[in-house]
Amino acid sequence: MLRYLIEKEFKQTFRNAFIPKLILVFPFMVLLVFPWAADQEIKNINVTVIDRDHSTLSKRLSEKIGASTYFNLAGYADSNDEGTAILEDGKSDMLLDIQPGFEKNLMNGDEAGVMISANAVNIMKGGLGSGYMSAIVQDFAGEIRAERIRIFGKTELPLIQVISKGCFNVFLDYKVFMIPALIVILMTLLCGFLPALNIVSEKEIGTIEQINVTPVKKFSFILGKLIPYWAIGLFVFTVTLGLAALIYGLIPKGNLLTIYLSVLIYISTVSGLGLVISNYSSTLQQAMFVIFFFMIIFILISGLFTPIASMPQWAQTFTYFNPLRYFIEIMRMTFLKGSGFWDIRQQLAALGICAFVLNGWALISYRKRG
Amino acid sequence: MQKNKFSILNSQFSIIEVEDLTKSFGAFTAVDHISFSVGRGEIFGFLGANGAGKTTAMRMLCGLSKPTSGKGFVAGYDIEKQPETVKKNIGYMSQKFSLYEDLKVWENIRLFAGIYGLDGKLISRKTDETLKKIGLMNEKNALVKELPLGWKQKLAFSVAVFHEPKVVFLDEPTGGVDPITRRQFWEMIYEAAEKGITIFVTTHYMDEAEYCNRISIMVDGRIEALDTPRKLKEQFQANNMDEVFRKLARKARRVENGELRIENDGLGIENGELRVENDGFKL
Repeated sequence: MLRYLIEKEFKQTFRNAFIPKLILVFPFMVLLVFPWAADQEIKNINVTVIDRDHSTLSKRLSEKIGASTYFNLAGYADSNDEGTAILEDGKSDMLLDIQPGFEKNLMNGDEAGVMISANAVNIMKGGLGSGYMSAIVQDFAGEIRAERIRIFGKTELPLIQVISKGCFNVFLDYKVFMIPALIVILMTLLCGFLPALNIVSEKEIGTIEQINVTPVKKFSFILGKLIPYWAIGLFVFTVTLGLAALIYGLIPKGNLLTIYLSVLIYISTVSGLGLVISNYSSTLQQAMFVIFFFMIIFILISGLFTPIASMPQWAQTFTYFNPLRYFIEIMRMTFLKGSGFWDIRQQLAALGICAFVLNGWALISYRKRG
Repeated sequence: MQKNKFSILNSQFSIIEVEDLTKSFGAFTAVDHISFSVGRGEIFGFLGANGAGKTTAMRMLCGLSKPTSGKGFVAGYDIEKQPETVKKNIGYMSQKFSLYEDLKVWENIRLFAGIYGLDGKLISRKTDETLKKIGLMNEKNALVKELPLGWKQKLAFSVAVFHEPKVVFLDEPTGGVDPITRRQFWEMIYEAAEKGITIFVTTHYMDEAEYCNRISIMVDGRIEALDTPRKLKEQFQANNMDEVFRKLARKARRVENGELRIENDGLGIENGELRVENDGFKL
């Protein structure tokens, strides 16, 4: 019985004018376009320097900043007011105010004053910009001290150097970080939306009536609906995996079998959710709206764009009920860190529970008799 | 009318037995304590104006809708407690065409035959036989959406009887179908009846009503008449079924939301005069 139902779903899916194209275009879009657009690194920040010291060292600092890929030296201002005006006009994103006596203080080992003001309307640009700028200034101070040690053989202050190193994503490449998460989004959209629209469209067209009047088992019917989406999901995942390796050279560090197992559990979770929504909806419009609502919420609190650790406690509690959260963790861990089955067992178990609950619910909420 | 007068409550001869079957939607009672029985191999016409409750009653018998109260047995199984077993023994053709338009003709047959548990080889052999019989062999590989309505209805009927059910329920099978196809359709119905399949059919065509062995006429959720077409004509002193129907249906007084709804198509123009056929304006 199941064979005939699966056959039917596949025929209908591939006869659809739109869905097969979508299945092919989606992975390409997601891997070719989104990693660039979803890049959250900030570059080309315009800086205006107010140099009140006019010394060799203050010039050297300005040049060092201009030489960085993150900053453009937009120009110089003479006073704080002029600088603020430039900032207000939007000609510059940041002000670097070098206080008088900068060189003298630095050479004496006293506190040398530098003030950074950033336009924080774009909070990302402002925050990251100030961060980068302080890093550069500190680096600069370190250089000067190092030179002094070379010349005088000693220094009044202990030399502290902070080295930050990005583990597992050695070059801190945002794209590498984003790709596993983008694959998650892709799986979610394909395997969540398509099932959500499936049963309800049979209701709208009226074909469900002819099915409901047959002795078809609920279990077979629901399984017949799910299996094609699992197959499509695994196929699309394989394509994205290939594309990620080809375009970005990103090859998962973890075991492929573990990754595929996780993908399968995740796909069955979201397709179960889709079917639940489809069962409760009476029109396509309604189903679309509800699945959209869930997807947006799930994506926003998944840790995809913002780290879960920096969310308020109540939002963090919410994320425990979000299958996306677990899958994104699994994907990042297996792809970038090479985590094995044992390392991701908790996330896998959580996903497994979600899958069981949602698919069971899909089975119960499908009613053959009104 | 005495409702139970025609009930043959004898399971040896009857394939459908209904007693006091009722379906309410809130305060509205769509089907109001109907009782009747249908004999094996009978062609049973289920008549009534739009909104009389025919489809609701039929959906209960098919296990698509839960009865509010009353009992019903189809092919010996309780429609309340064993709806899935009932479904194994029946075929159903709904008012609205509901095969898959995006599947081919043979694929629809294969799907439903497969669901009813028929063997794959048997399905493909019988598919050709069936298609030849209904003259759709050339359309075997056509998508169903490309077929004209009359052909679709013939296909839907073939799918409904493909697994040789004990009873087949046909809900207005010939609605919107041309007279020639309608004629062919009734030939198919007779052929199925000869094979021993009981036919339970609703229709609005009174000429079709004459083809039935027995007919019931529903008014406002109740069965107001049930007998052979000949006896009904005698009883209501009518020349044809059309008159019988009009005499009964004009009793309809179903009121919904405080509004009077004229249930039958009672506006007839005769001799250039507009005549309101029912005396329906009593609340």
